[in-house]
Amino acid sequence: MSQTQSMGGQALLQVRNLRVEFPTRRGTLVALDDVSFDIHPGEVLGVVGESGAGKSMTGAAIIGLLEPPGRIAGGEIRLAGRRIDDLPYEELRRIRGRQIGAIFQDPLTTLNPLYTVGDQLVETITTHLPLNPAEARRRAVEWLEMVGIPAAAQRVDSYPHEFSGGMRQRVVIALALCAEPKLVVADEPTTALDVSIQAQVIALLKTLAREKGTAMMLVTHDMGVIAETADRVAVMYAGRVIEIGAVRDVVKHAAHPYSAGLMGSIPPISHRVERLEQIDGSMPRLSSIPPGCPYNPRCPRVFDRCRVERPELLPAKANRAACWLYAPGEEGRLHG
Amino acid sequence: MFSFIVSRLLQALPVMLVVSFISFAMFAYVGDPVAIMLGQDFTEAQRQALITDLGLDKPFFVQFLSFLGNAAQGEFGLSYRLSRPVAELIAERAPATLELALCAAIVALAVGVPMGVYTGLYRNSWLSRFFLTFSLVGVSLPTFLIGILLILTFSVWLGWLPSFGRGDVVRLGWWSTGFLTWGGLKALILPAITLGLFQLTLIMRLVRSEMMEVLRTDYIKFARARGLPNRAVHFGHALKNTLVPVITIAGLQLGAIIAFAIVTETVFQWPGMGLLFIQSVGSADIPVMAAYLMMIALVFVTINLVVDLLYYAVDPRLRIGRGKGH
Repeated sequence: MSQTQSMGGQALLQVRNLRVEFPTRRGTLVALDDVSFDIHPGEVLGVVGESGAGKSMTGAAIIGLLEPPGRIAGGEIRLAGRRIDDLPYEELRRIRGRQIGAIFQDPLTTLNPLYTVGDQLVETITTHLPLNPAEARRRAVEWLEMVGIPAAAQRVDSYPHEFSGGMRQRVVIALALCAEPKLVVADEPTTALDVSIQAQVIALLKTLAREKGTAMMLVTHDMGVIAETADRVAVMYAGRVIEIGAVRDVVKHAAHPYSAGLMGSIPPISHRVERLEQIDGSMPRLSSIPPGCPYNPRCPRVFDRCRVERPELLPAKANRAACWLYAPGEEGRLHG
Repeated sequence: MFSFIVSRLLQALPVMLVVSFISFAMFAYVGDPVAIMLGQDFTEAQRQALITDLGLDKPFFVQFLSFLGNAAQGEFGLSYRLSRPVAELIAERAPATLELALCAAIVALAVGVPMGVYTGLYRNSWLSRFFLTFSLVGVSLPTFLIGILLILTFSVWLGWLPSFGRGDVVRLGWWSTGFLTWGGLKALILPAITLGLFQLTLIMRLVRSEMMEVLRTDYIKFARARGLPNRAVHFGHALKNTLVPVITIAGLQLGAIIAFAIVTETVFQWPGMGLLFIQSVGSADIPVMAAYLMMIALVFVTINLVVDLLYYAVDPRLRIGRGKGH
C-alpha cells in the first residue's frame, strides 16, 4: 500500500485484496480472490480476460451493485482515500453517478424505454448537481452534442427506441458522464455494437475522458481496444489479477504464460499466419479452481511449486505477474 | 390515432354480431315465450294473435334482422316476468351495479398495486409473506363465502354495517346514487370488498411478478448506477414499466367485476343488474337475459378499446407517426 503512494501522487481508486463470494447451497464460491490494483486520476486501466474471469464483477463491486447473493467478503475499495466498500446504500448512492459513472454493455437494454433520453439525462443531472430543471435540460442538450448526437436540441425529446444502437451507446456515455464523475467503470462498452461503430465509440470515450480528466476502468475482452485506449492493463484469470503493467509492456512482452498466450491469440496484421495460437483447455469453474496457481493445468511452463503454492504478484519483466517463474531462485527456468 | 380507433370499432362489430346472434338464438330455442306469456288459460286464436304480434311466424333471419334493428336502438322488448320494457329495467338497475363495480375496482387497484410493489421490492420481509398468504386466501375462497363471512362479522357480530341493500339512495335524474348519503356509503363497503377481493389479490400478484421481472433489467441496474434515489428507481422507472400488463389485466378484470357481480349482488341482495339477471334466469325471462348478455359484451368491447388507448399513453414504442431516426 505504501508502495503505491510512494510511486508519486495518490491513486484515485485503490482496490486492495478484494474478495467477492457467492454463497450457494453447495458451499461458497469465491468469484474474486485477492484482487488489488490502483487507478490514478485521468488514467485508463484496461481489464482483460476470458468470460467469467471476474472482470465485470470487479466493476460491479466497485460501484456497489453486485448481484445478490454476491457480496464483498474481504479487502477494501478506496475512492480518493475514502473507503467506499462498507458504506450504507444511501451514501454509496450519492457516490454512484456523481463520483463513479458506469457504462454497461448493451445500449439496447440500458435505457428505460418509457422515458425520453432528455428526461433520463435531466433526472441524473438534477439528482447530483445543484441545477434547476431548465438549466439541467440545457446541460442535457450540451451533453448530447458532446457525445456526437446530431440535432441534439431536437433529439433530446426522443425516446431510446428512436435511436440506433451506436447512438444509444452515445446516450449511455452522456448519462454516465453528465454529473462529471472522476472515474468511469465501462463494462464492455463496445461488445454489443457493430464493428464499424466500435471504433467511433471508443474514440469518443477516450476523447471525453481526456478532456474531462476522467479516469476509466475499461473492461473488455477486445485486446485491440485495450492496446488503443488503455494506459495500463490488468489481466484477470479465474477471479484473480495475474498480471498488471503498462499497456505496451503487457501486449509486447507479457510475463505471465497466460497473458503471453492471450496476446499470442491476436492475429498479427503484418504477416499472414496459417494457424493462430490458442490456449488448450478452458478456464476452471469457480467451484473447481485448482490449488496453487489457478492456471497450472493449462500452463506450458508448469512445475511442482505451481501445483501447491499460490503465487503473489511479483516483479516480472517490466510488469508484475503472479507466476512462480519470476520468484527469486527460479530465474533459471525462464530461459530453460 | 383516429384510424386506429375506427379499425378497433370495426373489429368489435363481428363480436357484437356473434353475441347478438347467440342472444337471439336464446329467444328462439330456449323455452317457448308464447307458452310463458299466455299462462295456463288461452284460446288458439289468442295464441295465433300473440305469435303474429311477436313476429314469430316470420322466417328466422327476418326475425333476427328485426331483433338486431331493435337492439341497436336499445329496444329489447318487454320482460315476460315484469311486463315492463327491458331497457327501462336495465337502466333502473345499472347505477347500482356500476357504482358497486367502481368501488370494487378502486379497492382492488388502490390496495393491490401498492401491495404488489411492496412484495416485489421486499421479497423476504415478513410483511410480504403475510400479504402472499393473505392473497392465497383471496384467490381460493369463493366469493359467496367471503361475503357471508363479512356479513357475519361486521353486520351480525359487530353490527357496524348493513347486511343487505343499497341503503339510502339519492336520485339524480334517472341515475340513483348511494355516494351522497352516509347510509348509502356504509352499504357499499361490504359488497365492494367482497367483489374486489379476488381482483385485489390477482392485481397484487401480477404487479409483484412484473416488478420482480423489471427489477432484474439492465435499465434498472443502470438507473441505480446513475445514483438515482430508490423512490425514483422503484416508482418512476420500475413501476411504470409494469403498467402495460397491469392495465390489460385490470381492464379485463373491471369487465369481469361488472359482468360477474351476480354472486355478490345475490349475497347482499344488491338491487343491481346481476340480481335482475339471476331473477330472470329463475323465470326464463329471455328478453332480459338477452339484453344483459349484449350489454356485458358491449362493456368488454369498450374496455378493450380503452385499454388499447391506454397502451399508447404509457408506451412510446407503440406510438406511430414519429420519425424513426438513426
